[in-house]
Amino acid sequence: MAEMAGIEVQNVSLGYGRRKVLDGISFNVAAGEMVGLIGPNGGGKSTVIRALSRVIPAKSGKIAVNGRDINRIPRDELAKLVGVVPQIPLLPSAFTAFEIVLMGCNPHLGLLQQESAADYERVWQAMALTQTRDLAKRRVGELSGGEIQSLLIARVLVQATRVVLLDEPTANLDINRQVEVLGLIRRLCLEEKLSVLVALHDLNLASQYCDRLILISEGKIYAEGTPAQVITQENLKAVYGVKGGVSVRLANGRPVVLPGDDTPSP
Amino acid sequence: MKPDAAAKGSETGQKLSSFRPYPGRRRRALVLGIMALVLILVIVLATAFGSVKIPMATISGILLDRLPLVDIPRTWAGTLETIIMDIRLPRVLLAGLVGAALAIAGATYQGLFRNPLADPYFIGVVQGAALGAVIGFLLPIGARGEMMVPLFAFLGAVVSIFVVYSLARVGKSLPMTTLILAGVALGAFFGSLVSYLVINSGASQIHGIIFWLMGSFSLTRWLEVWLVLPCVIVGVGVIMLFARQLNVMQLDEEQAQQLGINVERTKILLLAMAVLLTAAAVSFVGIIGFVGIIVPHAVRLIWGADHRFLLPLSVLAGAIFMILADLLARSLLAPTEVPVGIITALVGAPFFIYLLRRRRRVIF
Repeated sequence: MAEMAGIEVQNVSLGYGRRKVLDGISFNVAAGEMVGLIGPNGGGKSTVIRALSRVIPAKSGKIAVNGRDINRIPRDELAKLVGVVPQIPLLPSAFTAFEIVLMGCNPHLGLLQQESAADYERVWQAMALTQTRDLAKRRVGELSGGEIQSLLIARVLVQATRVVLLDEPTANLDINRQVEVLGLIRRLCLEEKLSVLVALHDLNLASQYCDRLILISEGKIYAEGTPAQVITQENLKAVYGVKGGVSVRLANGRPVVLPGDDTPSP
Repeated sequence: MKPDAAAKGSETGQKLSSFRPYPGRRRRALVLGIMALVLILVIVLATAFGSVKIPMATISGILLDRLPLVDIPRTWAGTLETIIMDIRLPRVLLAGLVGAALAIAGATYQGLFRNPLADPYFIGVVQGAALGAVIGFLLPIGARGEMMVPLFAFLGAVVSIFVVYSLARVGKSLPMTTLILAGVALGAFFGSLVSYLVINSGASQIHGIIFWLMGSFSLTRWLEVWLVLPCVIVGVGVIMLFARQLNVMQLDEEQAQQLGINVERTKILLLAMAVLLTAAAVSFVGIIGFVGIIVPHAVRLIWGADHRFLLPLSVLAGAIFMILADLLARSLLAPTEVPVGIITALVGAPFFIYLLRRRRRVIF
């Protein structure tokens, strides 16, 4: 179990029509490990998450979750293994925040089953952890992008999967909420031995919170390893092609990216 | 993350668990119970109204006497019993069944298409039924049994959804926008055929056709009730089983899949059930517009969007609304009847606008 748990991606290729979006990608995420997906826009970060949740099937290669080929797992069972926090989706505005989080119970319920009192309790706890309890009665049409993102994290906690995929979970959050949300995910990852794959725009957040990083560019993995191995001036210049240049320093033993050339500030 | 924030959360979680946001289970059960009582009351009331005045006590006696294990001594004339049992009651019950079917089918179309205006016109089903019915009316007299119009209307609805479905299908998936576009196109095509046939029909047929196109419950017998009832039971039963899935499908299809819904299969099943309900309702009584839109939306306005509550409540509210509309249709200009489709829009629209103005909030 310990060896099998997690995500294995072997030589996966995938495209929309003729355009190839992922080209022979391979990586693993072990249980208890938090791995960050970084890279420029359009490089394939979201597509990796779509492929792993089988929303878009891979054209070739193999994706396994907990040692099982995801193509052989029925949809409802896959949703018990893999939970996704999508990037700023449209939510049906008439539903209450509570009802949205409650939907995380869906994969665990049969056709004739209703949510139990224990399920309601789990919803409340997830909402407490993500600080969305006060929103429970509000219609999601009235909520801000950041509040919705927090709700979706609560929903994936209720879904209670061993594998959690997050697509830009902090994009709409203030700095304090970014730190809280990623801290919560990191803590759950360690405590519950979850396999977490998180696509992040913010290189510094990725550097501070992830065990390993995968730098993805033009559908291929450009670099993989610890944050210090991946976030280097050379890699960033090669992948992002920053004209003004970026500089990389170390803070808490992890790289921090600063805009502008590496000239000491006054 | 501050560790004390999490601890505080789970402490108060205990207390909060008694609080149910919007509306609680007990309140839902209460509302459903009250609506069921109102429905029974409306059935009795609608049975009492008519050209022959029959006292309430007699009505109640005749109806209760039919229930198993109840025996009421007969103090009424046999003709009264015939009027109640063979003329009024089947008509009231059919109106209730049709109202329930159209309302829950409307809620299902709106849920599947994630569009507040979705109704069976979207996918050409009503136009198909209309074409079938008109063909039934125009059959040569010899071939024209009395069941020809409903049979052809039902077939028209079923054939049109199959055509729209096969036109809209892309590989293994059924994109809802393509389905609507194919449905609207086919609907327009069928609609023009209907218009052409209507203007070319003889004077003897045109009154029947026009009444059918606007809907009417006149001349309802028990046969219609017994034919529509099983369709309504199957359709309503299956759709209600999928109420939670329908909630999750209000997210986009990607999220619904990620939450364990087999989206393609569920879409097709629920669409088939909604079409079954629409076809069964429409084929006997003709086209009654607006019910499938107004009833689910009125329920959403008052009680919210959760399908587990919205669907059963739409069934009850649809039945009540349709029985009352038919009551108006036959008593407003008695002894002449007004097509019930006119009443549903005439009375329904102002009521709906009132609700819309009174509760200004997101409903869909």
